[in-house]
Amino acid sequence: MTPAPSAVHPAAHATLRPDLAEVADRARPVVPAGERLLPVLPALRPLLPEEGLRRGSVVAVVGSTSLMLAVVAAASASGSWCAGVTVGRPSLHPEAASELGVALERFPLVAALPGTRPGGWSWVVASLLDAVDVVAGWPAGRVRGADARRLAARGRERGSVLVVAGAGWTEAVDVRLTVVGSTWEGIGRGHALLLARRVEVASTGRGAATRERRRVLWLPDNEGGVVDGGVAGALAPGNLAPGNLAPGNLVPERQAPTRRAEPMPAGAAG
Amino acid sequence: MAVRTLVVWCPDWEVVATALPPTSAVAVLSGGRVLACSGPARAEGVEVGLRRRQAESRCPALVVVDHDPGGDARAFEPVVNAVASFTPRVEVTRAGMCSVATRGPSRYFGGDAVLAAKVAEAVDGVLGRAGACGVGVADGPFAAEQAARLGRGIVPRGASAAFLAPLPAATLASVVPGATPLADLWGRLGIVTLGDLAALPPAAVIARFGPDGAAAHRLARGLDERPLAARTPPPDLTVSAELDPPVESVETAAFVAKSLADGFCARLGELGLAATCVGIEAETEHGERLSRIWRHSGGLSAAALAQRVRWQLEGWLSDGSNGRNAGVTGVPTAGITLLRLVADEIGPDRGSQAGFWGGDSAGAERAARALARLQGMLGPESVAIAVVEGARGPAERTRLVPWGDAVPGTSAARPKVRQVPPWPGGLPPPAPASVHPRPPAAEVVDAIGLPVGVTGRGGPTGAPSRLAVAGGPWADVAAWAGPWPFDERWWDPPAHRRRARWQVVTTTGTAYLLVVESGHWSVEATYD
Repeated sequence: MTPAPSAVHPAAHATLRPDLAEVADRARPVVPAGERLLPVLPALRPLLPEEGLRRGSVVAVVGSTSLMLAVVAAASASGSWCAGVTVGRPSLHPEAASELGVALERFPLVAALPGTRPGGWSWVVASLLDAVDVVAGWPAGRVRGADARRLAARGRERGSVLVVAGAGWTEAVDVRLTVVGSTWEGIGRGHALLLARRVEVASTGRGAATRERRRVLWLPDNEGGVVDGGVAGALAPGNLAPGNLAPGNLVPERQAPTRRAEPMPAGAAG
Repeated sequence: MAVRTLVVWCPDWEVVATALPPTSAVAVLSGGRVLACSGPARAEGVEVGLRRRQAESRCPALVVVDHDPGGDARAFEPVVNAVASFTPRVEVTRAGMCSVATRGPSRYFGGDAVLAAKVAEAVDGVLGRAGACGVGVADGPFAAEQAARLGRGIVPRGASAAFLAPLPAATLASVVPGATPLADLWGRLGIVTLGDLAALPPAAVIARFGPDGAAAHRLARGLDERPLAARTPPPDLTVSAELDPPVESVETAAFVAKSLADGFCARLGELGLAATCVGIEAETEHGERLSRIWRHSGGLSAAALAQRVRWQLEGWLSDGSNGRNAGVTGVPTAGITLLRLVADEIGPDRGSQAGFWGGDSAGAERAARALARLQGMLGPESVAIAVVEGARGPAERTRLVPWGDAVPGTSAARPKVRQVPPWPGGLPPPAPASVHPRPPAAEVVDAIGLPVGVTGRGGPTGAPSRLAVAGGPWADVAAWAGPWPFDERWWDPPAHRRRARWQVVTTTGTAYLLVVESGHWSVEATYD
């Protein structure tokens, strides 16, 4: 008589548990409300002091829309509701957001009015901070100090993250990510296409983020993902970085930059 | 069992409706052919279907009138009213023919024959001459119509099939739209009368002649093609509340809105319906009318509807300075005197299914409430979900669907399953992060300062060397690719566009997607 199939030997539990944990992790779409950190893409972890978006914090991203979307992407993909607030019709391209991993069905875009009266950018951001986990905001100009402090306090109180674009936010932020340099790979002088981009990102802030960190990111790499490119300066420009970037896809002549005489295409002489 | 039906048929109604004297030769033309003609014209040899010139050659005194369907229907209205004085449920088949179910009225007036006589008398009275209409009573509208056409006939109960049997099969052509070619075919198959057709087994008829044949077969057997659809008034799904004295504060109006929404949803619930689109209307003391439509793909519960009414009222009452409101509806200058909820779009209430893995969790509901509220303040188009679609240019590749509308291609059960198939001629990824709604102008020159363009063969006229965006400073070009010509909608001259796209990277590391169209450059998108 064989034992009932449901009887698993106790020793097997130890080996099954990690598998179960992995399944549970995959099946759980929503970050529990009590959790203090919202996830970020692995490549962005070295740039953030707590390796995630701390609830109630304000993050400023200067110089790149796609970096901003990348900051939001992992939280959105893991089931959080995010919202994008622009003034007037958004120039943000949702397809780029979706390529970086933002779940568009949980990423409503709100076209706010200019100004701070009801319906204005600050007002809209404040009402969304009550309702969603991450608000990505593109203010039209400078955000007034009083408004900025009010929004930061609202986010702290509600446990939501405000990611704000551009240099318009002059109040203190928890983390400020600044793009200090970017180079494109794949495109030549008159041939090929934009393929991958390397950006150097500097991260400053307060508290644990006071010390400046600099990393190179592939944003995107040649498969559309965001990949860590190592510490800034460790790589000479043009060196091959991540393993998934096939050498054949790169155009080494990027190193010799401008001003090189190109053979003129037919019909262009004169 | 076919419904016992009385049909009133006015012959040559198109001619009668012209109000010309019945003794003159009249023909009504539609599309250059005779549609109907009067008795004297028929006596001269005018037939339905003749060309104008043929008809006039047969009857030189012919008065030719163009067909006016609206006039026919208007002229028929007194006849319908006369019939409706016997029973209110009159079905107008077309101008010139109407039918009623006789069960009630016959019992009241003392039998089909008496009813038919009374109806005929009433209609003759309206038309001002005796014998102006035919009245027939039979089982089913088709048999009753044939009885009416043959004179004032009462076909006994259950005898419709026998009554129809000797009639030619072609009579069906006027009732069943697809029966005209079939009647021709039946003639060649030896099915001459309706009786011949009715004798065939139903299964064989539908197998050989299809749905039209089956419908014709049912009629030939004296059955209904479809039951008589009596005109019943559509349910009134509007609820309104008059506010006296006029309400100026949101709180008071919202209180009324709550009971209004409860009543509205209760009415819908009785009918098993859900409103996916609700209009909120308000009238003020000064006679202003405000209205806005709220849409929700899943149907709105009473509480959610009350909440939306409240937000809408907040938008109208609290903020007079809101420029958007001022432009669209006008800001109320006085208190609200009337509040009305109108079901703009209704569907069966299928309920809503919560996702198994917390897809419809508390967070989603919280977000949905806040977004709907913003929509009330900013207008429905201001809050949107983006959908990626197939197209060539980046701007056309995404569409913004207003929040609350059903997002195409997704379902509540599997919201993520949406793949955009590859689109020939589209730009390969990565997609630019910013697509400018109003593309700024740009200037691109080659090494010796000449503007760069596109040759007739789709090649560059020079290598881009410097770039200036929106009149700004010149930046050196580090790398470039293109041009990729796009000749779009060449079959549609007003929408035809010939453009070429380029990717240009400056030495500062910024990449642009530039478009040149008839010599003018603009920045379509930025890879920032």
